[in-house]
Amino acid sequence: MVTMTALEEELSRIAGAVLDPELPVLTLAELGVLRGVHVTGPGRVEVALTPTYTGCPAVETMSSDIERALHEHGVPEVSVVTVLAPAWSTDDISEEGRRKLAEFGVAPPRPQGPAGGPVPLTLAIRCPHCGSTDTELLSRFSSTACKALRRCIACREPFDHFKEL
Amino acid sequence: MSTPDTREAAVITGAALALGDDALVLSHRLGEWAGSAPVLEEEVALANIALDLLGQARVLLSQVGDEDELAYLREERSFRNVQLVEQPNGDFAHTIARQLYFSTYQRLLYGQLASGDGPFAGLAAKAVKEVAYHQDHAEQWTLRLGDGTTESHERMRRACDALWKYTGELFQPVEGLDVDHAAMESAWLASVTDVLGRATLTVPEGPRTGAWAAGAGRQGLHTESFGRMIAEMQHLHRSHPGAAW
Repeated sequence: MVTMTALEEELSRIAGAVLDPELPVLTLAELGVLRGVHVTGPGRVEVALTPTYTGCPAVETMSSDIERALHEHGVPEVSVVTVLAPAWSTDDISEEGRRKLAEFGVAPPRPQGPAGGPVPLTLAIRCPHCGSTDTELLSRFSSTACKALRRCIACREPFDHFKEL
Repeated sequence: MSTPDTREAAVITGAALALGDDALVLSHRLGEWAGSAPVLEEEVALANIALDLLGQARVLLSQVGDEDELAYLREERSFRNVQLVEQPNGDFAHTIARQLYFSTYQRLLYGQLASGDGPFAGLAAKAVKEVAYHQDHAEQWTLRLGDGTTESHERMRRACDALWKYTGELFQPVEGLDVDHAAMESAWLASVTDVLGRATLTVPEGPRTGAWAAGAGRQGLHTESFGRMIAEMQHLHRSHPGAAW
């Protein structure tokens, strides 16, 4: 059992290091979408993945990327299953993930805290280019469903904001 | 003779089909805006909302059977969506009115399903957060168009009036959904009344069902334009079975 766990931990690290196909600076572990890696038999591994949005088309690419990464590590049989519950939240993005998002030019989501708690609606969204908090919403939906389009009043640059979910 | 277990499974399948068809059909209608939305931001917004709905439809229809077969190979009478979602896009105001009515309903429905422990709780807990953005989008546009120019106000009023008769069907109980339809209906009315009031629009006065009972989509009876819509939606798959890219 101990070696199994150690193996699963190692495989989790490999699967978690796969990059998000749409935000290729972020790993799946940092995005918080990897829900578990289980060795189900000799040379057989099942990976549980949760989508950010129900209709997120990146899930299929993520699945095949995980399969490839584990195959290259010598696991012949990999199956990736999609799980919906508990629902993914932007709070699942790690601190390192948030930092990388901002560096990539996408304003990270604001923390939401425990479910059902008060939502910090007034917290400002910072421009990832110049750092100003003086920004305005242009559209609730941007290049993907998980982002909103904003503009910085200070430097006038438009930018994506990973909206809170 | 059906055993209690198969009977229960059939009820859940029926409910999944109803909700899945709502999401699929509205997704297709919104997708029809691609290439012709009034501004680029709306092109993207409507496509993203359509994508969320398509994701819900895939999960729900997969609980019933093969999602592609269900979407592409069923006849009109086999679809169980409410008539509201199949209504043509019309002008932008019609699309927004349809979005306001439907997203308000869907948010309440998923909210109730998410708080239970039924077969749809997992999807509902996830989708309710997405639908909150759809409702917000519809609400902001209703306010902007209703409280905008004389022309936009008039178009928004006409759209809200025209679609009103399809809203009664949303609250016809669906077997297998453990929700309080009466509570949902009063919450829906209160929410829509509030938004329309702030948009300087009045709540339509007509009945919320059509003369020949609009509440028939769930039984497979659809309005005239639906046949043309699914003909277009299914054409590629029927002409080239198994086509993929």
